[in-house]
Amino acid sequence: MIRLFAADPLLTGDIDLTVLLIVIVKTLIIFVMLLVGVMLYIWAMRKVIADMQNRIGPQKAGPFGILQSLADGVKLFFKEQSEPAGSDHRVYLLAPYLSIIPAFLAFAIVPIGGTVSIAGHMTELQLADPAIGVLFLLAMSGIGLYGMMLAGWSSGSKYPLIGSVRASAQMLSYEAALGLAIVGVLVHSGTLSTRAIVNQQAWTGAGSIFTDWYWLPAIGAFVIFLIAALAETNHPPFDLVEAEQELTGGFNTEYTGIRFALFYLAEFMNVITMSAIAVTLFLGGPNGPGLGFVASDSWINTWFMPIFWFFLKLMVLLYATVWVRASLPRMRYDRLMDFSWKVLIESAFLWAMATGAIVVGRNEGWNLWILTPAVALGAFLIYFVLMACVPSDKELEEIR
Amino acid sequence: MGKFSGFRITIAQVFKPKVTGDYPNSKRPKPERFHGRHVLNRYEDGMEKCIGCELCAGVCPANCIYVRGADNPPDSPVSPGERYGFVYEINYLRCIHCDLCVEACPTEAITETKLFEFSFTNRQDAIYTKSELVVDDQGRAQRQPWELWLGDEDDQTSGWMRATASAGQAEFEGKVGWSGELGVGVRAAEPSQDKTRTAIAPTSEPEEVALG
Repeated sequence: MIRLFAADPLLTGDIDLTVLLIVIVKTLIIFVMLLVGVMLYIWAMRKVIADMQNRIGPQKAGPFGILQSLADGVKLFFKEQSEPAGSDHRVYLLAPYLSIIPAFLAFAIVPIGGTVSIAGHMTELQLADPAIGVLFLLAMSGIGLYGMMLAGWSSGSKYPLIGSVRASAQMLSYEAALGLAIVGVLVHSGTLSTRAIVNQQAWTGAGSIFTDWYWLPAIGAFVIFLIAALAETNHPPFDLVEAEQELTGGFNTEYTGIRFALFYLAEFMNVITMSAIAVTLFLGGPNGPGLGFVASDSWINTWFMPIFWFFLKLMVLLYATVWVRASLPRMRYDRLMDFSWKVLIESAFLWAMATGAIVVGRNEGWNLWILTPAVALGAFLIYFVLMACVPSDKELEEIR
Repeated sequence: MGKFSGFRITIAQVFKPKVTGDYPNSKRPKPERFHGRHVLNRYEDGMEKCIGCELCAGVCPANCIYVRGADNPPDSPVSPGERYGFVYEINYLRCIHCDLCVEACPTEAITETKLFEFSFTNRQDAIYTKSELVVDDQGRAQRQPWELWLGDEDDQTSGWMRATASAGQAEFEGKVGWSGELGVGVRAAEPSQDKTRTAIAPTSEPEEVALG
């Protein structure tokens, strides 16, 4: 218990009813925030894409159409739920929840604010701060993969099965790149705990954007993480999972009504979670300048400003994902796989090793002016040697 | 930029005006000779223009018009001539809005409006009878409960909405080619189809005629 939740000061002392209540309230807030967040994200996505296509977008339900996704959700709740005769009933029912529950859980490790005092207890504004930290995210997205795989398998229908194989192969491939990109940060931080990583990126002035936040020191890992996170959440241009026109949908073809909606809920929730993790790992999480004209221990600077900065950064990233969605066409499946296995995984791996070498060199006091070019050269050499071993398209053609 | 030029294009669209309008709260202006639903016009003295000749019914390619003429009652004539349209029905489930009836009409009794947004819930409503088609005492189309109108959309309901204009021929240029109408009077001549020339003033002034 202590090992798992060591970092949160709330759980280090005696655990009484107040502590329990605080944890329950935090859980509820995260739960509701994610549901409302998905609702608003879908609405904002449709509005922004409409902007980018000279349209208006949803506008009828509520002011500016903000309740459109709520209306869609209510509609899906009351729709008939059909199930194929050849399905494996229990697994068929279980699969949507295998998707949605990890999507909820993964957000638990995201720090959305600073350390505050509630009812005499100091606590961190995040649901859980386990020592395994970021690994929890990888574990949860790994379980989410089972939701897709089992949904396609239990449908008892060949197209969902093919779709689920396609989806799980894609997620598996990009999970490797995602994990290795995270290593690029962990080498710097030396810890897995998200709270500790965020604390290392504390705001000490405008310069800390470039020196303390990990996006610049780990710029390669940052780029790889963003790409892999898009693929991991089946976001365009990697959304072959839902390629209705050319690939008969995917694992969710035989699902209807609210069960179908749960998959989409999980997908959008994963987009939000991945963006939040990117903010946490690379963009300083809730760190940002406080307001100078109010006392540094007032509620504005302890409560409001960190939450404000977190959500501002999150929204910038989410806008970027929508921008990507509106701009890029869907990738072909073999190119998708090639991109992961031939480019992203090697790059992430070499970036992590090179960063490791430089960090060790810095700690040992080696000359970085010599070490850095040498490491970069070595990384490029290894990459080209690796690529030389991979048959080119022309050679593959001859083999066929 | 090549592969990534899509990003520039999409973000540039954000700052451009929207193409989509706020239909049905506001509507775009319709083309001048838009073919909507019909009206039966009346003369300025309130007499009906229709003489029950059935030419419209004869020319209709969709067979959607049903007309029966009858002799005018001598003491209270409905139309200036000998006969009048006793029954006049148009079935809008069949009408293809080709405007051939308007072309065929010798008295400009039937013309098309720009109104087209109907949502009938039964077939009986789709058949417009004479009492629904004929213009009211102000010379305006009569609004049916299932029609969606905004503002003064029913304004342009009269003879100058013909599909082809006599002004297309040189000898008709600047001449008023139709009789006066209830509520409107004599309309100005149509502008020349030659864009280089300015519109020509009407040759006859509309006359004020008391309703008969």
